[in-house]
Amino acid sequence: MVIVQVITGGLLLGAVYALFSSGLTLIWGMMNVVNFAHGDFVMIGMYVAFLIYTYLNGGPIEFVLASAVVLFVLGVWSYTGLVRHVMSGTLLSQMLATFGLALVLRYATFWIFSSNFRSLPEDLIGGTLNLGGILISMPKLVAGVVAIALTLGLHGLLTRTAIGSQLLAVSEDRNAAMLMGIRPDRMQALAWGLAGAGTGIAGALIATFYYISPSVGETLALVAFVVVALGGFGSVPGALIAGLLIGVIQELSAYLLGPVYKDVVVYALFVAVLWIRPQGLFGKF
Amino acid sequence: MRKLVVLGASLLALGLGWDASAQSTIKIGVLMPLTGNAASAGNSSKIAVELGAEIVNNAHPELAPLPLAATAGLPGLGGAKIELVIADHQGNPSVGQSQTLRLITQEQVIAITGSYHSSVTLTTSATAERYGIPFVNGESVAANLTERGFKTFFRVTPLASDFAKNYMDFMADLGKAGHPVKTLALVFENTEYGTSVADTVRTYAKERGLNLVSDIAYSANTTDVSSQVLQLKDKKPDAVIFISYTSDAILYVKTMKALDYLPPVMIADNAGFSDHSFITSSASLAQGLMNRSAWSIGKPGSVTYKVNEMFKAKTGRDLDDPSGRAMQGFLVLAEALNRAGSTKPDAILKALSETNLGPDQVMMGYKGVKFDAKGQNTLAATYLIQMSGNKYVAVWPEKSAEKPIEWPYKGWK
Repeated sequence: MVIVQVITGGLLLGAVYALFSSGLTLIWGMMNVVNFAHGDFVMIGMYVAFLIYTYLNGGPIEFVLASAVVLFVLGVWSYTGLVRHVMSGTLLSQMLATFGLALVLRYATFWIFSSNFRSLPEDLIGGTLNLGGILISMPKLVAGVVAIALTLGLHGLLTRTAIGSQLLAVSEDRNAAMLMGIRPDRMQALAWGLAGAGTGIAGALIATFYYISPSVGETLALVAFVVVALGGFGSVPGALIAGLLIGVIQELSAYLLGPVYKDVVVYALFVAVLWIRPQGLFGKF
Repeated sequence: MRKLVVLGASLLALGLGWDASAQSTIKIGVLMPLTGNAASAGNSSKIAVELGAEIVNNAHPELAPLPLAATAGLPGLGGAKIELVIADHQGNPSVGQSQTLRLITQEQVIAITGSYHSSVTLTTSATAERYGIPFVNGESVAANLTERGFKTFFRVTPLASDFAKNYMDFMADLGKAGHPVKTLALVFENTEYGTSVADTVRTYAKERGLNLVSDIAYSANTTDVSSQVLQLKDKKPDAVIFISYTSDAILYVKTMKALDYLPPVMIADNAGFSDHSFITSSASLAQGLMNRSAWSIGKPGSVTYKVNEMFKAKTGRDLDDPSGRAMQGFLVLAEALNRAGSTKPDAILKALSETNLGPDQVMMGYKGVKFDAKGQNTLAATYLIQMSGNKYVAVWPEKSAEKPIEWPYKGWK
């Protein structure tokens, strides 16, 4: 019985991982740019939720939407104001640019909100669901459902719509896309905006059951990178499956072997998978 | 311009010519985690130490029993003022080490205080020892810090074995009151602090014949703690002792609610559970939580009450125990510095080893300050507090209790 609860917990945690990783994989897949500020985007999303709740009395629907809008703008701005300019530089300068952005966001938050930990009230999105003795945390369940919806939505957008084709065209061959009348800058700004919005939704939802602090992004970002690399660079459904996988493996190994060993198990499996399939589970090379 | 250069040069000459003891300011290094996961506790400690410096540097006759409060500056050093040089170690032992090096070689501080995390104090005090710079620690409790035979390290706070003994006595008292504790679980973060406190608790539990049913180490910057909570739920111990930092402490009480788990007795070993951020964000989920503390605001008009008012004026909230202990560490250092009458390390170390403060001369609930040969304060003491509403109140031992103990742990209910 406990094992079922452990696995349920793992799936819920995995869904949360998948949720905050989808934005990262989109940018990675579309542009081959690693957004090191991703964890801090999640953190900003959490603070937007906190502000809307605290000062405007907004509920989950309001602050999730607000966070999506704010992060869409931040995403577009990150591209037009920063990434576009460093794209012509070396790989190193691209990496350091987003890393710099991460530090600016993190320490600006320290400055504005101080280092205090905050949290939203427990029961904003329901409490705990009891399914025949198996406890399911409602906020995590909602996060999981949204993660799946977001994944399907992004996947559908990329594979079924004209905008998706244009996005993919730009990521495949910028010059050819330009000759076809697509404006690459506009498309890439859109990709950053969409990734930002997804990340904003993730951050706001996570804020309903997690603590909020300026350095929370640091803790979450590493997991996001592992999820995306394991799922396959740029594969949106891959991130969902990898997230669930990592969540379950972490919880099981923590319960069976002890919490200090869970990361050893996860990262050992991660390295092993990449050794056999460098492109990740669902990545195309 | 030329006049300025001449003026500068003569000032410089004057400064160089002066005896060290007549310097107008004395630099003391303060190491704290100002960013990273323990930033909230670190910043609070920093403000408390700054308040300590303010009390020493300016005349505060109303705080008279505290050494150096009534006078401005250090009379023993010609009224010199203390200048704090604050460094951020991010909760990282290696950053702590390099920051200590910077404080000593570039800032040329004459003594150091800090560094909150036991794991960081381990490396920072080792660096200070190598350079022969006095290091006074007010808040790190890992036992081995004073077992290294260092000549420059002094610790004011009670240490892990004192708390472990307190917890055992407290549980024995619960037994006498009809709530026997036979099985115990330990949940601890796996750096110096957690492992050291867990070690001593384990030893004492064995001595008292308690059955340790769960012994769980975990990493404090983890993303999830459900498996630990499920483990506890499965083993059903009579009491659980948590040794955690802030972010993990918050995750524990949130996860315990999500998984509907309430141990009959929940004891928190200070640190994260004493962080004001934990109290403001999670008090409503941790009703009846036991914790240790050596800080009490006291009655209106008392010295501690006034100190708390001063802290409140700066931050808008009450002083907490870890920050109070950090401040006490600094005040002990300042008092020794004044008695040394010199900024030479040897003189300061000699003065520190001769420290002899009574219970009225300290702001924390210690019986005083007196160091043994290892540099440990032998008069340090602590008592137990319990979360009630949105604050902790003293409940044990009975003679210092403000309220009777509430049993069992209620959590969010």
